[in-house]
Amino acid sequence: MDLDLTPLLPAIQVGLAALVVMLLDLFLKDHERNLLVWAALLGLALGSFEAWTLWNGQEAAFGETLLVDNFTLFFTQLFAAAAAATILVSVRYVRETGMREGEFYSLILFATAGMIVMAGANDLIVFFLGLETMSVAVYILSGMRRDRRESSEAAMKYFVIGAFATGFLLYGIALVYGATGSTHLGRVAAYLLQSPEKWPGYLTAGAFLLLIGLAFKVGAVPFHFWIPDVYEGAPTPVTGFMSVAVKAAAFAAWVRILAHSLSPLDSDFATPLRLLAIATMTIGNLLAITQPSVKRMLAYSSIAHAGYLLIALVSGEEWGGPSLLFYLLAYSLMTLGAFAVLTGLAEKERPNEEYARLAGLGFKRPFLAAAMSLFMLSLAGFPPLAGFTGKFYVFRSAVHSGHTDLAVIGVLNSLLSVVYYLRVIVMMYMVEGGAEGRSLRQAPCLYLAVGLAAASTLYLGVLPSAALEWSRLSFFSLF
Amino acid sequence: MSTLTFGPLTWLLLLPVVGAALLLFIPRDRKGALYALSLLFTLAAFSWSLRIFALFDEAQGRMQLVERLPWMPAYGIEYAVGIDGISLFLVLLTTFLMPVAVLASWPVRERVKEYLFFMLVLETGMLGAFLALDLFLFYVFWEVMLVPMYFLIGIWGGPRRIYAALKFVIYTMAGSLLMLVAIIYLVMRHAHLAQTLTFSLLEIYELRLPYDEQLWLFLAFALSFAIKVPMFPFHTWLPDAHVEAPTAGSVILAAVLLKMGTYGFLRFAMPLFPEVALAAAPFVIAMAVIGIVYGAAVAMMQADIKKLVAYSSVSHLGFVMLGLFAFNTQGVQGSLYQMLNHGLSTGALFLLVGMIYDRRHSRLIEDFGGLWAQVPVFSALLMVVTLSSIGLPGLNGFVGEFLILLGAFGAAPGWTAVAATGMILSAVYMLWMFRRVIFGPLANPENRKLADLNARELVLMAPILVLIVFMGVYPDPFLRRMGPSVQLTLDRIAAAARAQHGGAAAQ
Repeated sequence: MDLDLTPLLPAIQVGLAALVVMLLDLFLKDHERNLLVWAALLGLALGSFEAWTLWNGQEAAFGETLLVDNFTLFFTQLFAAAAAATILVSVRYVRETGMREGEFYSLILFATAGMIVMAGANDLIVFFLGLETMSVAVYILSGMRRDRRESSEAAMKYFVIGAFATGFLLYGIALVYGATGSTHLGRVAAYLLQSPEKWPGYLTAGAFLLLIGLAFKVGAVPFHFWIPDVYEGAPTPVTGFMSVAVKAAAFAAWVRILAHSLSPLDSDFATPLRLLAIATMTIGNLLAITQPSVKRMLAYSSIAHAGYLLIALVSGEEWGGPSLLFYLLAYSLMTLGAFAVLTGLAEKERPNEEYARLAGLGFKRPFLAAAMSLFMLSLAGFPPLAGFTGKFYVFRSAVHSGHTDLAVIGVLNSLLSVVYYLRVIVMMYMVEGGAEGRSLRQAPCLYLAVGLAAASTLYLGVLPSAALEWSRLSFFSLF
Repeated sequence: MSTLTFGPLTWLLLLPVVGAALLLFIPRDRKGALYALSLLFTLAAFSWSLRIFALFDEAQGRMQLVERLPWMPAYGIEYAVGIDGISLFLVLLTTFLMPVAVLASWPVRERVKEYLFFMLVLETGMLGAFLALDLFLFYVFWEVMLVPMYFLIGIWGGPRRIYAALKFVIYTMAGSLLMLVAIIYLVMRHAHLAQTLTFSLLEIYELRLPYDEQLWLFLAFALSFAIKVPMFPFHTWLPDAHVEAPTAGSVILAAVLLKMGTYGFLRFAMPLFPEVALAAAPFVIAMAVIGIVYGAAVAMMQADIKKLVAYSSVSHLGFVMLGLFAFNTQGVQGSLYQMLNHGLSTGALFLLVGMIYDRRHSRLIEDFGGLWAQVPVFSALLMVVTLSSIGLPGLNGFVGEFLILLGAFGAAPGWTAVAATGMILSAVYMLWMFRRVIFGPLANPENRKLADLNARELVLMAPILVLIVFMGVYPDPFLRRMGPSVQLTLDRIAAAARAQHGGAAAQ
């Protein structure tokens, strides 16, 4: 077995940074705590840089149970960016709401390291290790606002449901192992090359259990019911991190395990996956319309976006794959941005982000409101913004692979989503007044994160070519 | 890509956005400077479009001043713009009306910066939609227009502005999203059959699809355009949007945005799916004529002048649709001419309604009466515009309506006869409105202190009136330049239809 750790450097780097932050926290005085932020960001930057140097490398470690191909590196960058944005956004929020800074940042880093492992896992057991590293960190993160009951409740719910999903995944892994004699994805794939008559019946059952477990993690209907409460209860920056990075990690694993390695089983999955996509889009959007708070609306809208991503999965590897990665990129930027703005408006005493809170904001906080409008328009799919380009490529892959009906259902769903995304803009610009009350003072780094997210949302909409090429190269490194 | 290689059309598209970007650097309380800058940039865009007019070769029907740059080459998407006789005057109409709209916005005193920003972005969106030669680019501009209009209605509109703005967006998007799927499908089919992946309109024109496929694609495109026109029964968003929009918003909405729908039919739906378009003509004509009569009938019942003008648009655009689907030169040229006429006349009507509303804060017909003695200049202008709107010979409206009826009579004589009654109805409701507002006793004492138009208002109305008369007396410079492009489009449709019949005969 080779022990060359170079390909693992990004994950190791991020994990080390987590430990450094945790240790540093013990020795720092109160006024020096900004160092924690710098250390965490430095760790992520180094991890991202190492991932960049590994690009096009196609390396493997631990007997090929962990692959560091472009696919892994794409997600590594995505996770690192999401984690960095979350940290930038959290600085003031964490301090003013009395959370433990050292733990908060190091848990974000631990979760990120777990995600990187998930994206690269070429073995079901390694995938499971990555998943649990991520999950446990996020369980804690979602309960870190101990001054709020909702936060503890969210952590509890998330933990219980997460354990449930874990059960499904473990069963699924066990059945796949029983059928194929291996947990290594390469050997599972090799096994599946035999004729289907030789497969034991429980192989499909195992794959279905894996599907259900992952559907829980991405929040696909009907496995979505935990999302609104958990998203609402968790501290706002953590919600942003969950809805972007956790979801992207689950999709990464979904693509590598189900869509790629187990692709001979595609015919069994086709119909369930279609139904899953349709239900997820439609129910997510319909419920988002009725939500009283912006945070819950974003929770349901993230379910709907999982539905659009599932369309890309239905469309098959050749067309759907690259558009899935691009969509995740676009979705991450605009969702992180939206949650960053919400964090910027958060108040210590009044955590509920009701629509009414936004009234008149357009002219009181012009920068945050303009950025929020941009994110909402992008999420709703207006050109020339990232969300539109993402949807365009997803629908294009659907039409190309003969699923025109899914594309039509997708665009009708986009129309539904316009209703609630524009409601945010209506509140900010078209309704007078607004609740008084003091929002937390925000550090400049929050504005930096919002500005970067807005600029990239626009950039990916106007000049998507480079990012598309990047998605394409990343996806096809799977083959 | 050096900026020096941009052609005239790209510069035209850039001028308003550059103006919008510069606005952001002016402090928000410097209202005069904000207006001055916007006026400067809209005037610059107008004079630049006159330069394009001068560069335009009237003998040619094909796309001119074409610029193509790769945008997303891997996906066959390019930045491609061009202009022909069909889009030329619509572009001019847009750039001509924008300075007028900015001048007319003077009474807007709140959030001026954002207001003007959205106006300028809107201008680029509209111009882009008229100039785009790439289906993807067209779709982008088509949707880009929506957002500033949504803000203009929703922030600066009347009491029910939020409802109206949302209805406007939802209706328009409902159509255009299906068009997006149709565009993707069309491009995929083209890529499959022609072995080149491209969104280029001119190349996809050459694609011949079987009738069944054309049908669905035509329906998706037509729905999107029919909502924008708006054709009966997709018109219900329009009165709300018009009534709630601020004056300049109504002007732009009526004068330019509605033309997007009819332009879309002529540029996309008809030549891309010619067989279905020909087959659908009887249905479209029927709906158009129903719209003419229905719009006129409803306009007659309105107590609010702005609503009356809004419903009259439904009626007038029915005429435009009638002419387009006559599929002959007179009909289509008449429609194109009528698009400009409607832009000028209805734009002017909304401006005048806005001016009187600023003074009296009422738009109800019953609140007025006997205004002539009080505000003679306003009354005289309203008279000219009213007569233009009902198509008095010698003014612009007549030429368009005459050509449309001439063309439509050849295609569908029965429906044309019914449409002609719509002209009579329009004379009835417009003149009736005029009589009740301007003549009779000055019953309402509040009207005694009405001030007549000021210099700014005269300045912004004057060019429109000059054009109204000019286009009525001397339409030739317009028709001459439209002619070759209209002919080319009709030939393209006819050739496709012949090919279809020839193919059927050969089988």
